[in-house]
Amino acid sequence: MKAKIIITPKKAVVDPQGKTVQGALEHMGYKGVGAVHVGKYLEIELNGSDKETARRQIDDACHKILSNPVIEDYRFEIE
Amino acid sequence: MNFAVLQFPASNCDQDALHVLKDVLGHSAWYAWHKDTSLGNADAVVVPGGFSYGDYLRTGAIARFSPIMQAVQNFAVQGGPVLGICNGFQILTEAGMLPGALVRNRSLQFRCEHVFLKTENNDTPFTQTIPADKLLRVPIAHGEGCYFADPGTLAKLNANGQVLWRYVDAQGNQTEISNPNGSLENIAGICNEQRNVAGLMPHPERASESLLGSADGRLIFESLVKWLEAKHAKKAA
Repeated sequence: MKAKIIITPKKAVVDPQGKTVQGALEHMGYKGVGAVHVGKYLEIELNGSDKETARRQIDDACHKILSNPVIEDYRFEIE
Repeated sequence: MNFAVLQFPASNCDQDALHVLKDVLGHSAWYAWHKDTSLGNADAVVVPGGFSYGDYLRTGAIARFSPIMQAVQNFAVQGGPVLGICNGFQILTEAGMLPGALVRNRSLQFRCEHVFLKTENNDTPFTQTIPADKLLRVPIAHGEGCYFADPGTLAKLNANGQVLWRYVDAQGNQTEISNPNGSLENIAGICNEQRNVAGLMPHPERASESLLGSADGRLIFESLVKWLEAKHAKKAA
């Protein structure tokens, strides 16, 4: 199994990286570009086959260490 | 007094902190390795600056789970004073020992320069002997020092007097230009509700001898020493 985790900055947190990328895209002439949010993508390989257990563990890990709930949101899928 | 200075892989201000405590102020100080589980008979703990664990994942995120941090948490719960500087501040927020978080500087630049700090609350172990109108001139050196907290937390910090230092200009005015990293309300350092855990992004240990251009940072360490001496005197009485 594999966990695919996406971590993004919370909306309330200023994201200067996203703003800079947005500016670059506009500068390059891409039309219709709105707000950009730069986050992180993690892939974790998992042994075992019980998806429910894996989901619980990954959720716990996301909350405790992989993301910081003060400034970030996360979502993930197990496949 | 006895000081424990934590050492993580890629701490790089540990020696500066130890030097100030030991050689400049004449106290006993030693390194506590990240794999250690005890702080010995430390009276206070300094969590120094650096790039612990390469800043992987997030600044301070991995250091916060080091064995020594469990000892630091227990020490703080019992009222022991803990001072986090720069990466140490980031570690203490990640550990939940201080509220809020430090995020990427708004300019996206790593800022390395001297700033002025205004002390907001002189009733803590870290600030009690700093003269009320004294601005501290100390250096910063960080890329992720923009203080963030949600509006509720921020209101609570202000109401409880937990904001210890703000970035100001040379005249003591809190301006946008004097804010080097985009921190909310120019916040440079805070403490917990109990007042025994504090963190700041600037480096007082790099400004504790006039040879280095400023000795203002020394006031923070001296304040802590005075507080500890008073605590010991009270215990002995």
